[in-house]
Amino acid sequence: MGAAHPKTLLDKIWEAHEIAPGLLYIDLHLVHEVTSPQAFEELRLGGRRVRRPDRTLATADHNVPTDGTPLAKRIRDELSREQVEMLERNCREFGIPLYSLGSEHQGIVHVIGPERGVTQPGMTIVCGDSHTATHGAFGALAFGVGTSEVAHVLATQCLVQTKPRSMRIRYEGELGFGVTAKDLILATIGKMGVAGAAGHVVEYAGRAIDALSMEGRMTICNMTIEGGGRAGMIAPDETTFAWLDGRAAAPSVIPEEWSLRSEPDARFDRELVIDAHAVSPMVTWGTTPAMVVPVTASVPQPKSSQEERALTYMDLEPGTPVQEIALDRVFIGSCTNSRIGDLRAAARMLDGRRVADGVYAMVVPGSQSVKAQAEREGLDEIFKRAGFDWRSAGCSMCLGMNPDVASPGERVASTSNRNFEGRQGRGARSHLVSPEMAAAAAIAGHFVDIRQRDT
Amino acid sequence: MKALKIVAGRVSVLDRDDVDTDQIIPKQFLKRIERTGFGQFLFFDWAREPGWELAQNPILVAGRNFGCGSSREHAAWALQDYGFEAIIAPSFADIFRSNCTKIGILPVVLDEAQCRAVAQAGEAEVDLDGQVVRWPGGAARFEIDPDVKHRLIHGLDDIALTLSHEDAIAAYERDRERRGPVTTAL
Repeated sequence: MGAAHPKTLLDKIWEAHEIAPGLLYIDLHLVHEVTSPQAFEELRLGGRRVRRPDRTLATADHNVPTDGTPLAKRIRDELSREQVEMLERNCREFGIPLYSLGSEHQGIVHVIGPERGVTQPGMTIVCGDSHTATHGAFGALAFGVGTSEVAHVLATQCLVQTKPRSMRIRYEGELGFGVTAKDLILATIGKMGVAGAAGHVVEYAGRAIDALSMEGRMTICNMTIEGGGRAGMIAPDETTFAWLDGRAAAPSVIPEEWSLRSEPDARFDRELVIDAHAVSPMVTWGTTPAMVVPVTASVPQPKSSQEERALTYMDLEPGTPVQEIALDRVFIGSCTNSRIGDLRAAARMLDGRRVADGVYAMVVPGSQSVKAQAEREGLDEIFKRAGFDWRSAGCSMCLGMNPDVASPGERVASTSNRNFEGRQGRGARSHLVSPEMAAAAAIAGHFVDIRQRDT
Repeated sequence: MKALKIVAGRVSVLDRDDVDTDQIIPKQFLKRIERTGFGQFLFFDWAREPGWELAQNPILVAGRNFGCGSSREHAAWALQDYGFEAIIAPSFADIFRSNCTKIGILPVVLDEAQCRAVAQAGEAEVDLDGQVVRWPGGAARFEIDPDVKHRLIHGLDDIALTLSHEDAIAAYERDRERRGPVTTAL
C-alpha cells in the first residue's frame, strides 16, 4: 500500500458508501410519477418488496396541472390522472411516504428534498430524473438514474455503479452586479459544451460559489447534467448548515460528519478555471444550453450544420441583437429556478410595472411550501398586479407534460434548464435565462440587460 | 433480460450530434405506464419532417453525445422496440448508455471515422464476446466494462445479482449506515 492520496469530496462520499466494488449504498431515493410505474411493476412481477421505504420519498410533479387541482382524481387529463393515481397506489402498497396533489408539501422533487431537510451533506441520493444533481449543492453525491435502476434501488437500496472521474470547476473572482448563478452555469456550459463534463462528477469551487445562497448553488448543480456531468457538488459550509437549520428532517445539532470537503492537495482528473467576474447575464439562442451568449451580444453565425438547424428551428437571423428578440411567453419555474429566492429576485424586477402587451407570463412555484411562503410575503400580489399568472407547484412548462405548453412558433423566455426542440411544446422556441432576466423581459416584451435598467 | 452475444444486420444512420432523449421520445408519451409499445413514437416530431428516414434495423449508427438530456429510460425502450439491438456512436451521454445496458441494448463507442465507415458499409456485425465490430471492408475493436459485458452476454438480472450480496448489504446497514434522515418519520 502506498501513502494515502489526499481525497476529494467525491472520494470521501464514495468510500463511505461502497459496499462491494462497484456497489454503492443509497441513502435517499426520491420517486415521482413518470419514471416509477414500470419499476414498481417490475417489483410486483419479481415478488419483491421495497427494502427501505424509510429512505424513500415520493412526490407528484412532472405531469400535475398547476391550476390548483386539489386531488389526483380531479386531474382532467386521463393519462396524467392515471399516472398520479398509480403513484398513490404504489406508494400505499409499498409503504412509501408520498406528497401527492393536495399535500401542503407537494412540489418538484428537487425542491422538496432540500426543503424538507432530507437532502443532507455526505449522502448518496438518486432519483429517476436527470436533474437530481441539484442535491449536490449540499455536498451530497446525487445523480439521475433510469427506471431499471429505480427498480434496483427500490429492491436493494444499492446501485451498481462504476466510480466516475472527478472534475473541478474553479471560479476566480466574484459575480458582477446583476449576474446570477444561472448566468454563471450557462456561461460555464457555453464554454465546455453539452458533453464537456461527460463521465465526470463536477465539484464547483471558488469565491463566487462560496458567496452564493443555497438557491444559487442548487441552480448551479442542477444544470451540471446540461454540461454532460454525472453529478455536481459543492462542499458544505456555514451557508449550507444555516439553510438546513430547523428543516423537518434535519437534526437539531449539526453532525460532525457534515463538515466534508476536498483536501487541499486532492487531485482531480480534470480542472477548469473560469473567470466569474467576466460573466454577463446570459441568454441561449439555440437548441442546446451550450448555444448561449451574453445579453449584450448578437445571434452568432452558425459554425456547424447543427447550429444551422438550430437557427432555423429558432427562426433567428445571425447578427440580430439578443435584446431585439421579442417574446410571446415568459415562464418562471422549474427545478432550476422556482425557489423562494428565485421568486423574490424576479418580483424585485417588476417594480409596479406591467407585463408587455401580447406576452403571457406565468410563475410556477417549485413547491406548495414555496407558494405559501411567497403568498405570506405578498409576492403573489406583486406578480398578479404585474399581469403574471400565479400557479400551483409542479414541473409545468419546463417539459410541458401537463397543460402548460407553448404553441408552435411561440418564443419563450424560460428560467428552466433545457431549450431542446419541442421541449416546451411542439415547435416552441425556448430561451434560457435567470429569473431576473425573465421578469425584466416580461415587462419589456424582449430581452433587456438588467444591469442597464433604471430601477 | 435477453442474452446478447452478436448483433448482425443492416445499419440505420442518424447523422446528428447531441441528439437528446426529448427527440428520441417526446414527453407526451411518458404518460404511459407500460414498458412496451414505444417504438411507434420513436423520433415522433422528426419523423414528420420531410426527408426523414430511419429504417427498422438491428444496428443504429448515431452522432456524438447520443442520448443526452433527460434520464427517461423510455428513450431506450423506444429504440429497442423499434428494432435496434446495438447503437454505435463516437460517444454517449452517461445515463442513456447505462439505461441501454440495463435493458439489453449494446452501446458501442467507435471513433468518428469508424462510425462513418460502418454507416457507409450499410451492414455490420457487432461481436460482444470478441469486442469487435466487423463490416464489409473493415473491423474495429471496442471497449466495454467487463461487468456490463458479463451481464449482457448472460442476460443477467441486476437485482438478483445485487441481492446475492445480501450479507454485505445487511452488514452495511448494521454497522455503517448513516443515522438519518428517516422519510417515514416526516
